Order: sequence, then structure tokens, then C-alpha cells
Amino acid sequence: MSNNRLSLIWKGIIKENPTFVLVLGMCPTLGTTTSAINGLGMGVATMAVLIMSNAVIAMIKNFIPDKVRIPAFIVVIASFVTVIDMLMQAYVPSLYSALGVFIPLIVVNCIILGRAEAFASKNGVLDSALDGVGIGLGFTLSLTTIGAIREILGSGSIFGLSLGIADYMPLVFVLAPGGFLVLGFLMVLFNKYLKK
Amino acid sequence: MESSLKNMVLVLFTITLLSSAAVGGVYMLTEEPIAQAKELAVKDALAQVLPQFEATTKQSIEVNQLPIVAHTATIAGETVGYAVESISKNGFGGAVRLMVGFDTEGKILNINVLEQKETPGLGTKMADEGNVLLASLKDKNAAEVNMTVKKDGGDIDALTAATISSRAYAEAVAIAYEAFKVASGAQSKAGDVTTGATKQEGGQHE
Repeated sequence: MSNNRLSLIWKGIIKENPTFVLVLGMCPTLGTTTSAINGLGMGVATMAVLIMSNAVIAMIKNFIPDKVRIPAFIVVIASFVTVIDMLMQAYVPSLYSALGVFIPLIVVNCIILGRAEAFASKNGVLDSALDGVGIGLGFTLSLTTIGAIREILGSGSIFGLSLGIADYMPLVFVLAPGGFLVLGFLMVLFNKYLKK
Repeated sequence: MESSLKNMVLVLFTITLLSSAAVGGVYMLTEEPIAQAKELAVKDALAQVLPQFEATTKQSIEVNQLPIVAHTATIAGETVGYAVESISKNGFGGAVRLMVGFDTEGKILNINVLEQKETPGLGTKMADEGNVLLASLKDKNAAEVNMTVKKDGGDIDALTAATISSRAYAEAVAIAYEAFKVASGAQSKAGDVTTGATKQEGGQHE
């Protein structure tokens, strides 16, 4: 893989991190990160949709009239989300029931339509898929980090493994206010130290 | 690409056609695994709340206008216990669905939370192993327990800071006991209940 291609992936994780830098997709970010495993599951599901929709949109971009661009993109994205939804229901039912309504809502996740519009509709198939990998990884890592911190601070466990400190932990971190606090502090740290 | 009415209609039609074909195809592939996963979840829950059994028969019973499913577990035709899929609509985040296992005398063997949308870290503790709700009900005869939380004058210890979730749990168990009473007396007054004729394979208790 050439250096240029690698930097496409790296860019999505650090310089254009969808959660901490672009600040897109806040609804699933705050809603699903009550535990590390939920954050990871949501991130991976979004990444799968993003890679496939980016690739397909890059493939068909030359056939789509400009005026119906957005409806065409939405149909492609919605189809992939439905496919992922059914696959998860069939093969990982426990994760599916934990994420609930947030899986269908990937359709309206701004990250996916944003990348379709800003990147996939102007670049080739391979580059668009790699952009999907990069942004998807960035989203997954961010959500897993937020989920892990909220789970440790709120319920005293990590990936469902109890650390034996549950009784001393402030529960607020599992609830919505804690989600905002963790997200805010991580955003500050990320932009100060990582995004140079 | 330049937009004209003709190419817009044509392109959108083609995209929606291909998309629906793809979604339909995946649906056909996943229909069976999804049904299996659901059935497996019910079977797992049955095995967790019942003593060892060979077969179960299903019947639906109406309690407080809620359709409740009662499973009667048998070994060689002999009833060994009942498992009731019960529900309370009064949880903090919506419905709470439980699977409650009874022996033939009405003793509560185990309770398994099938579905809940309670506050994470508070109400969700109802699904943890050995939580206070379960501890105050397990191995007790349902007839001797006052099925309300201690705050309301009953016998059930509530979860800390989750009284509403605990009340819903208690209510679902009480409904399950009502259904158990019907199911265990069902042979004599079969007119009250509609018996579903589905027979499931025996789940092994491990």
C-alpha cells in the first residue's frame, strides 16, 4: 500500500476524526456509549455501512444526475443499513437488542451521507473504500474509548468484566449527563495533544 | 452529469430496483437464522428457569388483559414445572419482560429477564445474577409472598434507587403467578384457556 493510501486511513483516525474533530454523528455517539462493547458494536456497524456505501457510490457516481444525487445516495445507504440490521439480528442477537433503534438510525448518521457527498462522489472506488475504513476506524475507536471510560467510571467494569469497584463509582457517567462530560473532556484532550 | 427528467427517473428507478432486490435477497438468507436466534433465546430462558425437562407445551393465558405465554414442562407426560413469559408495561423505560419458572407446587425456581429498557446501572441490575429482587423471590412459594416492594408494604426488596423498575418486576412476577395458577389448574377447566398445540424439542438443563 502506498504512503498516500495509508495516509487516507490515518487522516480519518486523527486529523479528521469524525467524533472529536468533525463532531458528526453525535446522537449515536451519546446514545450508545453506555458501555465499551456497545460503543464498539455501534462503531463497527457504522464502519461496515460506510465502507460499502462509499465504494458503491464511487462506483455509480458518473451515472447519477446531479439533481437526484442525494436521494440516490440515501437509497444506497438505507439498503446497506437494512442488510446490516438483518445480519446482526440473525447472527449477533444480543448486541442487536442492546443497540436497538440506533442501528436503523445509521441511515441518517451525518458521517455517512457526509462522506458520500464530500469524498466518494469525487474519488475512485478504492480511495473511497479506504476513506470509509479510516473514518470508520476513527468513529469506532472514539466510541469505544468513550464507552470504556463511561463504563469504568459509571459501573466499575470494562467490556462487561467487573473490576470490583462498582459500589464506589458515580453512576452519573452511565447516564446522559456523564456522556456529555466524557465527550467534552475527551474532545479537549484530543484536540490539544493528538491533532497537531 | 446533466439532469433531465428522463435520466433522473431512469436512474432513481434502477437504483431503487437493484436496492430492493438486494435487500429482498438478504432477507431470504437471514429469515431462517433470525427465527432460529429468537427460538434459541426462548429455549435458553426456559432451560435457565426450569428443572430438567423433555418437552414443553405452550398455551396463552390472558391476565389483566395482557396475553401471557405459559410453558408446561414435562418428562414422559409427567408435569415437572411451569415457565411463564410475563410482562409489565410499567417499567421506567417501557415494558419489562420476564421468564418466571415455577415447580408444580408454585415455588419460584428462577427468574430470567428477557427484555428491559431500564436506566443503565440502576434498573438494569434486575438482570444481574443474585440481585436483591431475585434473592427475595427465589425458592419461595409464590402463594406466601406479598408481591409488592417493601416500600409499598410487600415482601420484595427493591433495587437501590430503582423503585419504579422494582415495582414493574414485582408486578410481572405477580402476573406470572396468576398465569401459573390458571396453567396448573388448566386441565380441569380447559374452557378458560386457549391451548397452543406447539410442541418444542426438549432443552437440556446443564
